[in-house]
Amino acid sequence: MSAFNDPFDPDAPLASGCNCGRHATQTAHAADSIASSGDSELLASRAVESAIMRALFPQDALRRRFLEAVGAGAAMAAVSTFFPVGLAKAAFAQSTGKIEKAKLKVGFIPITCATPIIMAHPMGFYSRQGLDVEVVKTAGWAVIRDKTLNKEYDAAHMLSPMPLAITLGAGAQPIPYTMPAVENINGQAITLAIKHKEKRDPKSWKGFKFAVPFDYSMHNYLLRYYVAEHGLDPDKDIQIRSVPPPEMVANLRADNIDGFLAPDPVNQRAVYDGVGFIHVLSKDIWEGHPCCAFAASKEFVTQTPNTYHALLKAIVDATAFARKPENRKQIAEAIAPANYLNQPVTVVEQVLTGTFADGLGNVRKVPDRIDFDPFPWHSFAVWILTQMKRWGQIKGDVNYDQVAREVFLATDAAKLMKEIGLTPPAATSKKFTVMKKEFDPTRPDAYLASFTIKRTA
Amino acid sequence: MRGFVAWRASALSILLFLLFIGVWHAATLPTVAQQSVDSEYAKLVGAAAASGQKSAFPAPADVAAKIWQHLKEPFYDRGANDKGIGIQLAYSLARVLAGYFLAALVAIPIGFLIGMSPLIYRALDPFIQVLKPISPLAWMPLALFTLKDSGVSAVFVIFICSLWPMLINTAFGVAAVRKEWLNVARTLEVGPFRKAFRVILPAAAPTIMTGMRISIGIAWLVIVAAEMLVGGTGIGYFVWNEWNNLSITNILTAILAIGLIGMALDLILAHLTRLVTFPE
Repeated sequence: MSAFNDPFDPDAPLASGCNCGRHATQTAHAADSIASSGDSELLASRAVESAIMRALFPQDALRRRFLEAVGAGAAMAAVSTFFPVGLAKAAFAQSTGKIEKAKLKVGFIPITCATPIIMAHPMGFYSRQGLDVEVVKTAGWAVIRDKTLNKEYDAAHMLSPMPLAITLGAGAQPIPYTMPAVENINGQAITLAIKHKEKRDPKSWKGFKFAVPFDYSMHNYLLRYYVAEHGLDPDKDIQIRSVPPPEMVANLRADNIDGFLAPDPVNQRAVYDGVGFIHVLSKDIWEGHPCCAFAASKEFVTQTPNTYHALLKAIVDATAFARKPENRKQIAEAIAPANYLNQPVTVVEQVLTGTFADGLGNVRKVPDRIDFDPFPWHSFAVWILTQMKRWGQIKGDVNYDQVAREVFLATDAAKLMKEIGLTPPAATSKKFTVMKKEFDPTRPDAYLASFTIKRTA
Repeated sequence: MRGFVAWRASALSILLFLLFIGVWHAATLPTVAQQSVDSEYAKLVGAAAASGQKSAFPAPADVAAKIWQHLKEPFYDRGANDKGIGIQLAYSLARVLAGYFLAALVAIPIGFLIGMSPLIYRALDPFIQVLKPISPLAWMPLALFTLKDSGVSAVFVIFICSLWPMLINTAFGVAAVRKEWLNVARTLEVGPFRKAFRVILPAAAPTIMTGMRISIGIAWLVIVAAEMLVGGTGIGYFVWNEWNNLSITNILTAILAIGLIGMALDLILAHLTRLVTFPE
């Protein structure tokens, strides 16, 4: 009898092979059927029940006779009277210290960047950590920031530059903020209106109106970087406005904007509705760039450390699950309904699997169109800070390393990655290239000085 | 004769409605288009995009089907972010009524004071004139920042937008009470409270009720926009959520529901106004 079998089924097979015959063992069959039902809590509680039944009736024949005589329901009740099954299950779910606050609210914006935060709810990653998390859909970045600062949300999905901006007090009052995990890397794109099919050269984009989700977003910095590398000044030659992602397709359709650098599923949705085409994926601008992040106030981290630990573990766990390409289809189905992204399943599936229609009649296969990697590299933060300085969002001297270290909690993420069996990188900083230009995190000022189009004196 | 006019008016209403639906139906008739891409690509995009077009505006039949679907199940609850249209409307109504009654509690006494005392009227007038024309949504960032709660902020926005019509109408109604009646009260040596409740209030009630009727209309207009901004629950959030999904049929359903509830609120207030109106 295996851990995932129904311990109250007198007819559970004892030998190898399973009921349906498709699995090598009954364990695999049970794990598969429970896993496919999406209820991981059931999986955990099954394991606990099985352990208890096996301990009480080590002999298979005796257990079977007992179950046949009294029936599964009565057996369950009888066992519960002298053994606190509920308590045992709870103890199993909590691996760390006592959780200070089990009921949490986590805010998210309905885009695929938030995949780990969202999927952790329907797929049970939160409940496995003993947390009762409500994931709340939020209308825009400014609102999610204010609701998190108000403590209506315990933690939230943010754009990775936002915790840096909040900590520095750019666009909000300075509050120490932390970003213990990156959610996704890549996964954005520049989408242009169908009528610009022929204008694939950015040099011909003079006078275009572009939308980005927020001023303090990777999208803004990537779009600015991209056009600046092609010789356009993002403040003079094109117009960039901040538009919430859900409104982007509607605006593109109404010809209010010529294009956008947006998170998915917005790009794919524009293709799905025949409104736009995908000009370039953000991974072709900077392979492996961070985008969205899981963020929490420093207060939450220090005052409720066990809750924070459990929550972060759920997120890192979910991120690791989302990394595997074979899980992507299942995730797309879990997060597409109205309660989460509210998009057609095929749109979400195209984004996550990377087999997608590009809006020009081609089916492209880019498996790493979006990827999930929780590690918050300090060098990411330093790059973001150089761009904030480059476009005049922050003025004066910045202690790049210190801010990066305080906000991007690489050590915490590394510890949790190790706990769930992933190998975190040894260093917390690395060099990378953005559009063939190398970025050395140890020399941010020299990097900043090397640009000709910039707003610094 | 009057019955005949009423009958003809309803017939005309129905005719106009049918004409509107007919034009809408004709305008959204699906154009027969050849699929211009291969089938592998067509599977990945919407039907309109597969034939090289943008997705079309829904036909009346699509909207009717969607409305029927919502009517069949108005109170479902599939998690924090997906609730039935009935529940969303109830949330919006609760917010509107909370903000509206708070506003009435503040506006009517202050309006009374302003109406009875020319001094207070002059002192408060500049503030009222500056605050009155501010769009209630402009208060939203300030409310979120200071009240630190999005639900309370939405109620505050309703409060602030329904305050002014009630305040101004109350002041106007109180100030316009006939001098003769006040003089009669003074001759009979009626105490100030008795005068306020037995003479001024009944006389000013129709004007006050008109102010309240204007306010409920404005409050219902504003709640949709406020909820689109803060999200979470309510019919405004529903519209935003369906906009997110570019689902025009759902948005049209919500528009119809908003209109019907707004009409019901207005009818209730109109009925109450008639109750307090007296023949001269």
